[in-house]
Amino acid sequence: MERPLTQHIPASGAALHIREYEAVGGYSALRKVLEQFTPAEVTAHVKDANLKGRGGAGFSTGMKWSFVPMNVPGPKYLVANADEMEPGTFKDRWLLEGNPHQLLEGMIIAAYAIQATQAFVFLRWAYKQAAREMTRAIADAYAAGYLGKNILGKDYSLDIQLHTGVGRYMCGEETALLNSLEGKRAIPRAKPPFPQVSGLFGKPTIVNNVETLCYIPHIMNKGGDWFKSLSYTADGGTKIYGVSGKVNKPGAWELPMGVTMRELLEEHAGGMKNGFRFRGALPGGASTDFLTTAHLDVKMDFNGVAAAGSRLGTGTMVVLDDRTCPVGFVHNLEHFFAQESCGFCTPCREGLPWTEKILYAMEQGKGTEEDLQLLDMHTKLLGPGNTFCALAPGAMEPLQSALKYFREDFEQHIKEKKCPYAHHSH
Amino acid sequence: MLSALEIEKITHEIQHVPVKKAACIEALKIVQAQRRWVSDESIQDIAAILDMSTAEVDSVATFYNLIFRSPVGRHVILLCDSISCYVMGYTELRNKLMELLQIKYGQTTADARFTLLPNACLGTCDHAPALMIDDDLYRDLQVADLEGILAKYE
Ligand SMILES: Cc1cc2nc3c(=O)[nH]c(=O)nc-3n(C[C@H](O)[C@H](O)[C@H](O)COP(=O)(O)O)c2cc1C
Ligand code: SF4
Ligand code: FES
Repeated sequence: MERPLTQHIPASGAALHIREYEAVGGYSALRKVLEQFTPAEVTAHVKDANLKGRGGAGFSTGMKWSFVPMNVPGPKYLVANADEMEPGTFKDRWLLEGNPHQLLEGMIIAAYAIQATQAFVFLRWAYKQAAREMTRAIADAYAAGYLGKNILGKDYSLDIQLHTGVGRYMCGEETALLNSLEGKRAIPRAKPPFPQVSGLFGKPTIVNNVETLCYIPHIMNKGGDWFKSLSYTADGGTKIYGVSGKVNKPGAWELPMGVTMRELLEEHAGGMKNGFRFRGALPGGASTDFLTTAHLDVKMDFNGVAAAGSRLGTGTMVVLDDRTCPVGFVHNLEHFFAQESCGFCTPCREGLPWTEKILYAMEQGKGTEEDLQLLDMHTKLLGPGNTFCALAPGAMEPLQSALKYFREDFEQHIKEKKCPYAHHSH
Repeated sequence: MLSALEIEKITHEIQHVPVKKAACIEALKIVQAQRRWVSDESIQDIAAILDMSTAEVDSVATFYNLIFRSPVGRHVILLCDSISCYVMGYTELRNKLMELLQIKYGQTTADARFTLLPNACLGTCDHAPALMIDDDLYRDLQVADLEGILAKYE
């Protein structure tokens, strides 16, 4: 089984040094691209590979790049989205800490494809080790002639700058990220115009997830058919999956796109810890709908998870066990979303704290039948189309599915006027 | 008054952006790196350098979780309160920390040694529960580990 993204990451977790990266073929894709391909050909290759963005939405990467107007004057920008603040999500950290040059090579090729002159790594504040490794990797890449003026002696120049954020989940939303890079509050922008046309400082800008960009050198080296062949299903490539919660071996693994939830849980995560039973999981981080035991054979690709009523999201699963209160679990999630709402639009700013309060009251044994109706109402009023960005609809996904699959738990809280779980908390 | 070093660093940032305002977050980071928090006076000084109103700089400063608008202790504890850590025992950790430090979230110990803050997912959910003290990350935590960890920070 091939693991292009992670095969060279040392088991120690230490970052691959530039010389080690070159020794395993690193920067050969960049050399090949600059010698053999036009920018349009790079984009066509990526489109052909059917690479879908790994930041959550799953949009075709080549398609996104092709929206950049190529004959406008002035700078263009590329941003690697390394904000990774969605609870339950920890995959990009592995790539950033373990193989920073792979990301840089992907970024340089992506920037070449859209003819960007400046690129940024937007890194979240908490990733201190990643910041150290990226800083060193960028300096080493400059020294080796992979960055700066006339890269590898060719007629293409690019600068990459590391930007560390100051903590806000909204910085991960691509238009809010651009506002933050411009020194402003991280509130989202109206679309259209899309960032590909008018992004950072009003210039064409591509924002891609770290994992997405890390695939680029491999696709350019080995081709679209090879990439597609890595997968079990129609969505190309491998995927970094993760599992956290009460399992024996929480962790992250690069596996063929389309492995089942069962394989992830039982083979890779080592099954549930002794004394705990599986009740459900958020398959792709905090903003995805629960799947349950009925869905264990769902294939974890974009279509498979969507058909089961959820989203692949970031592919990092948070497990709910039978001894954790589903109401407390969802309360914790809504607390996060209420805190991180940027406050720009009313349904989200008002609705999320309200939702959080209801869930808290329920955990305290003060919930009523009417509260259940209010929660149902919120899942609709904060759902898709009613708010300015995807944060609020994302916040409603775990709630609406918990109300569907674990309704008896909510009802029990109301009837018994207490949380029926022993270690109830928060 | 901003120090000469702060002014030099902020001026350097301004040279890297198309409009002065775009250096706002960097300027806040620079000041906080020197003083550990950003006072009203610093906000005014930054505003003057960037040709912004103080209200505008303040609105940026207060938006971000990790720009501190009031003084913090010598060490800042960021305890992950998100979902994987919650499932793996966050609540017990929080209770024990508050008991050991005798403070609540947002407060600083009487000796100004620690400030305790809740923090969203630290991106290390496979090693939950987790917390950070200054630049140090602690993972796979148990309640019994806390006293020993705190003892490392004067
Ligand atoms: C509230 C919110 C937070 C997000 N956070 C991230 C993030 O941390 N990292 C990321 O890559 N994408 C994040 N996204 C998705 C981005 O908006 C965007 O779709 C993605 O970076 C595009 O990259 P991709 O095409 O490579 O997937 C977030 C979206 C929303 C609505
Ligand atoms: S949905 Fe929430 S996060 Fe998004 S713009 Fe509205 S208030 Fe801000
Ligand atoms: S939930 Fe605590 S580190 Fe992710």
